[in-house]
Amino acid sequence: MSTTEQNTANCKTLDLKTLGLRKVNASLNTLTDSSEHFEIINPAGQHAIACGLQSPLDVQIKGHTGFYCAGMNQHANVTVHGHVGVGVAENMMSGSVHVKGNASQAAGATAHGGLLVVEGDASSRCGISMKGIDIVVGGSVGHMSAFMAQAGNLVICGDAGEALGDSIYEAQLFVQGKVDSLGTDCEAKTMLDEHLETLSILLKKAGIKADPKAFTRYGSARKLYNFHVDNAAYAANHHSGVTS
Amino acid sequence: MCGIVGLYLKNEKWRADLGKLFQPMLSEMKSRGPDSAGVAIYRNPVADNELKLSLATDTAAYDWQQLAKSLQSDLSVSATINPVSTHAILITDADESAAVAHLKAMYPEVRVVGSGQSVEIFKEVGLPDDVYEQFSLQGASGTHMIGHTRMATESAVTTAGSHPFATGADLCLVHNGSLSNHNRHREELEKAGLVFQTENDTEVAAAYMTWRLRQGLTLHQALEHAISDLDGFYTFCIGTGDGFAVLRDPIACKHAVLAETDDWVAMATEYRSIDTLPGSEHANIWEPKPQTIYTWGGATGSKAA
Repeated sequence: MSTTEQNTANCKTLDLKTLGLRKVNASLNTLTDSSEHFEIINPAGQHAIACGLQSPLDVQIKGHTGFYCAGMNQHANVTVHGHVGVGVAENMMSGSVHVKGNASQAAGATAHGGLLVVEGDASSRCGISMKGIDIVVGGSVGHMSAFMAQAGNLVICGDAGEALGDSIYEAQLFVQGKVDSLGTDCEAKTMLDEHLETLSILLKKAGIKADPKAFTRYGSARKLYNFHVDNAAYAANHHSGVTS
Repeated sequence: MCGIVGLYLKNEKWRADLGKLFQPMLSEMKSRGPDSAGVAIYRNPVADNELKLSLATDTAAYDWQQLAKSLQSDLSVSATINPVSTHAILITDADESAAVAHLKAMYPEVRVVGSGQSVEIFKEVGLPDDVYEQFSLQGASGTHMIGHTRMATESAVTTAGSHPFATGADLCLVHNGSLSNHNRHREELEKAGLVFQTENDTEVAAAYMTWRLRQGLTLHQALEHAISDLDGFYTFCIGTGDGFAVLRDPIACKHAVLAETDDWVAMATEYRSIDTLPGSEHANIWEPKPQTIYTWGGATGSKAA
């Protein structure tokens, strides 16, 4: 075993600087039912770190990453101790991605499931075309977030930039702060008990302390797309594990 | 694609290492722009009554001394020249417009690629590390640099089409993106007397800035007009005599990241360029907002949105 691949207390350390991206990702692409622990050091802003994982691994990335970190994730729990570039957890199916710092554009884009937590701010297009993922942002999000969002929940503890939820389908948005402007066909909705419960579960899962009652819910006015009640049923079935 | 980077050294102790610190930043952007590379370096400011011109030709064997001598005798001015591969730095006490007009008339094969008191611009077709070596920038000292790695989309891969593009008075521009209304602006700017060397969209943005600054606007005011007038995708990094400025278009599709420590301020298309700098792990790192002007530099102080 090389000095850059070490087992300590069941945690395997992978040094990206010496191993290179492909070897690091190959080490993580093991099919297993058991939880294994990995630590990636020296990520140096490289792209596609911990992409395409398919097992319930615990992966800790120590530093800042580039684009598409933990993209297409299934089952794994990835924590980034730093900032992430464009498209973190894009197309995630399940599992979780937890970012301790800020995220760049298109965080959680097109993702079908799982939980993405960004403790800091996320930039523009957060949750663009989301299809069932739950996203909790501790700070604020940039413009055009939740654009064409189809299913899932986006929780924003800070403020939202311009055109929030433009052309939104059946995703639910919860914003604690101010919204610069709502996009076409996005409107404020009444917060019912079921929504407070969903929000409170998501905040708890994300480890963020906030009062669900301080949030406003937003969703589709259902005037833009050709709305059928079947669409709502589809969206409900594709919500993540919050209600199941 | 394209990659852009900027580095301003706040701490004087690092200034002898500017070239060494900047090289890995530029090199890291190779995959975003492998066809051409260029830098603007701010160093060795000339006296108040003097002017520094960056000149470029297509050949490394150019007779620069003869050019300097003819400028001296024809215009009765001082002129010293320092050849650097295909480029040369000319220092003269001539009036800028007279010097440029003389060069254009007598030496049409020479392009003026930069002008001011401290800026020097070097750009060439090729990989960033090769271009860096060609102009001996590794050992360069100075206060700040901006750089560009190009993947051409709007015009030909030529040295003239490489960035940075000078906009006069120590200002220059690097661009990641593509402008969609550059042909219309080129026509209007040509009517206003500006001359273009290429079909490049970024050259139009640079000429637009030159035109606005000639109207007496400040850099900040000129950039505010640019937000309304220039259509397309862009992240601009603009080198100034005492620092640099960053501007993204209202949609902000083109990546950009800013970072600051007590020792330096840096911008890059991707964070991996900034990661090469000492102390980056503890830097304050954030993404610049759309249509917001960020400037740094001695006289202008820290961030001014």
